This record gives sequence, C-alpha cells and structure tokens, in this order.
Amino acid sequence: MSDLPRPQIDDRSRPYWEGLAAGRLLFQHCRACGRNWLPARDACPSCLSPDAEWRPASGNGRIVSWVVYHVAYHDAFKDRLPYDVTLVELDEGPRLLTNIVDSRGGKALSVDARVRLAVQTEGDIALARFTLAGDAAR
Amino acid sequence: MRGRTVIAGVGHTAYGKHPGRDRVSLIVEAVRNALGDAGIEKDRVDGVLVKMANSEPSFLYGQRVAEALGIRPRLGCSLDQGGAANIALIAYAAMAIEAGMCEVAVVCYGDTPRTASRAVYHRPRGDEAIYGWYSVAAGYAMIHQAYRHAHKVRDQGFGAVAVACRGNGARNPNAQLRKPLTMDDYLASPWVVEPLRRDDCCLVSDGAAAVILTSAKLAKELGLRAAVPILGLGQGQESWDVQYRPDLTSTMARSSAETAFRMAGLGPRDINVAQIYDCFTIAVLMTLEDYGFCKPGQAGDFAAAGGIAAGGRLPLNTSGGLLSETGTPGLQLVIEGVRQMRGSATLQVAGAKHCVVSNQGGSMQTHATLILGAPA
Ligand SMILES: [Zn+2]
Repeated sequence: MSDLPRPQIDDRSRPYWEGLAAGRLLFQHCRACGRNWLPARDACPSCLSPDAEWRPASGNGRIVSWVVYHVAYHDAFKDRLPYDVTLVELDEGPRLLTNIVDSRGGKALSVDARVRLAVQTEGDIALARFTLAGDAAR
Repeated sequence: MRGRTVIAGVGHTAYGKHPGRDRVSLIVEAVRNALGDAGIEKDRVDGVLVKMANSEPSFLYGQRVAEALGIRPRLGCSLDQGGAANIALIAYAAMAIEAGMCEVAVVCYGDTPRTASRAVYHRPRGDEAIYGWYSVAAGYAMIHQAYRHAHKVRDQGFGAVAVACRGNGARNPNAQLRKPLTMDDYLASPWVVEPLRRDDCCLVSDGAAAVILTSAKLAKELGLRAAVPILGLGQGQESWDVQYRPDLTSTMARSSAETAFRMAGLGPRDINVAQIYDCFTIAVLMTLEDYGFCKPGQAGDFAAAGGIAAGGRLPLNTSGGLLSETGTPGLQLVIEGVRQMRGSATLQVAGAKHCVVSNQGGSMQTHATLILGAPA
C-alpha cells in the first residue's frame, strides 16, 4: 500500500488543518462583506478584502453531488474501491469535497441528503469526512 | 467582424498513435498540410498562435513552434485555456488580422498523450487528493451526476450522444476509433468514475492540427475559393472549479454563444450543423442547452429522439468528435466545420449554410464558440 497523497499545508491553510486535528471544521469569514468560504485564501472572493477570520462550522450540511471511483488512479485507493468523493455544502455556505463514511460505495447517497461532520484521521492528517444525518441515515 | 476573416486552409496529421514523435514535429506536419490546403506560401505567414500542449506545458512554447516552422512572426503567442484554447486563438488571430497586426495567421496544436504520458488526465486534484479526488473524468462525473438529478435525465440521453458520435466516426476513414456503438453497448460499458461509463469518455490521442486564417479581402485577391468565412466568435469563462461553482448545470458557454450569435446576426434556428466539444457526453448536453438549441434538461431527450443524428434537426460531430475521430482538443472540430461549409465532408449535411463549433476546457471552466458560414 502506497502512502496517501498529502495536502500542502502552509501558513495560510495551517489553521484549517490544525482545526481539524482538534476535531473542529473551520471556514474563513470576511469581516468586510460577510462572505464565508473554503479553502483558505488571502482575500475574500467577493470583495477582495484581506480582513478575514476563521470561524467554526456547525458541521451540518447537504450533499450537492458525488462520484464513485471504480478505478484507482493511485495505489493508496485500490483497497477502497468502490469509494465515493462527495461534494458537500455546509449550512454556512462553503463547499468542500469529502467522503461520506457510510455511503456504501455511493449507494446510500442522494442529492440534498443531510450530512454531519465526522472527523477521521489518516496517518497524521485529520480529514473532514461526513456521515449521513437525519432521514438519510439508516 | 462578421465575415471579414476567413479560414483559408486546414490540415492535420494522422490521428491515434505517433510513438517517438516530437509534438512540435507533428505541428510542423499539420501546418505544412494546412498551407498546402490553403494554397498559401509559408513566407506569407506572419502570425503564429499555438495552444499549449496539455501533457507538457512549457516556457516560450510559441517561440519553439515558430522556430520549428522557420517563421519570425509579427504576432505570436502560446495560450493555455485547456480545451477552449484553439477557438480562443482563432478569435485572437481574427482580431489581429482585423487590426492590421498580421495578415496570415496559423493557429495550431499538437500533443502525444497517448504514446508519451497521459498522466495529466489521471492527476491528483490539489489538496483534495487525500480524499481520493483524482483525474479529469471525476470533475465531469460530478457535473454529470448533478445535472442528471436536477433534470431527471435518463442514461439513454447521455448514451445517445456517444452512439451518434461513434456512428459518425465509424464512417470516417481517418477516425481513430471506427467501432460503432449501440445503446445496449453503452449501457453495459463499465464505470470509470460513476456516473461516467467508459463510453461517456473521449479518446486519448496523439496528433496535430492547424488552420490558416487571413482576411476575406486577401483571400479574394489570392483567389482562395475554399475560404470559409468566420461569422461569429465568443468566449466565456466559468473560472470556479467544480467544487466551488454555485451552479453545476450551466456554464459561461451561454454567454460565449450569445456573443458569437450576436456577432453573426444569427440564432440557434439558423444553424444547420454543429461540432460540439464532446470530451464527455455531459459536455454536449449542457452545451446544447446553454447555446439555446434545447431548453434546460431537455438535450438528452432531443438526442435520444434523433435530433443530433444525420438527418436530424442538428447533425452533430459529423466526423466523430472527440469520442471517435480523435481526442485531440478541439481543432479537429473546427476542421470538420470547415469541411461542412465547403461541402466536402464525408457525412455532408446537404445545403448546410451555418455551422457552430464549440471548444471547452478544464472541468468546463473555459469555453469558446465559433460560427462559420459557407464560402461566397
Ligand atoms: Zn468580502
């Protein structure tokens, strides 16, 4: 089994990854116009203000779309096939790509299904995975 | 702009595999063929515009290509817009000719991802690779899934695109893949990144292509009878990558087409034949809708009812498209549009007066539109 690809953690994104390591999902909030976003950037994508702060997400969101891999493009994922990569929109607005831990190879997923944060660790990296919530959960 | 610039010549290499060939030497071969087709001497070329190679972006690439062609251009560049770049370059060449900054321009592209490296198509996608987010196909699969659910589109709607393109390619002696596809074949084809089946995905191909542009005025003076007028051009860039795009079911292709139709003084109903960038079947369905040929969510039914087949309302990708003729990014669609307007296509649409051509790139982040007319 090959090593997983690693995210590039730098000064800009470190609060995000450290937040996950502490079990919290953070997003950036623009103090000038109120826009919320992920991933980390130096300026607000709406008003370009550099005046942003990190805020904790509620951990609640919904599924926008998803895909299921039946071919591994990296050896590290061979044992996981078929696996999902799911696009989730947090209730606060930001979107992120993730895995749904109880997706059953994608069979349990549906558009607009409610999901809830379930931080999991791969090696020394904490990841923002999700579980199905509410009516979507079994 | 309408009709003041023409495509005077087109050329390409064989499509498929070119083991050991340098991509720039393939471009030289395609340009030689395009100059011969146009009947223009190389020494008249004073504009060289080249699309960056997908599999190996490089520094000063436009100069490397101009050097290989033995040309010191008055105007030149290399451009990266992914698969939208070729029509974007045609637009920049047409504007430069109109502005008097060059007289005869070549727009060209060549690459060897099939025999050299296709790693670019399988690449990890940023920090999300740790979640397993890999490949170009996955971005389109994400869009396909969102579109399919938003509009309740049956799999047969996507399959009809693959069946039509593969059928046309089977009748094109120059096509890389000449095996026709039935709907049953399509539905049985294996998942790549679900909901994308193998047969939703275009070919990976070596090859090069080139087109020669000049003014309608110079083409007339030189007696170039097969010069095809450019009636409309447009571009639009979604920019947001898939995971950050507020709406996955429509793109700036809509704006690109509006710009091109306005320049041409035409609308969708005036178009007789279309060459639509079919890197994945979803791209064709969404482009047909963004261009105004179908209402949102209805392109699948339009395709499944024969609307894009030979003899249908809008014959599409008449040489097989990226799904069958060649997976090279887009210039082959322009070349087929030129053949249709000249009346020389293998699957000629009788009496076709107007052809629309789309190019697009990234995960539908970039888009460009070209409308061609029949020679005077
Ligand atoms: Zn702001």
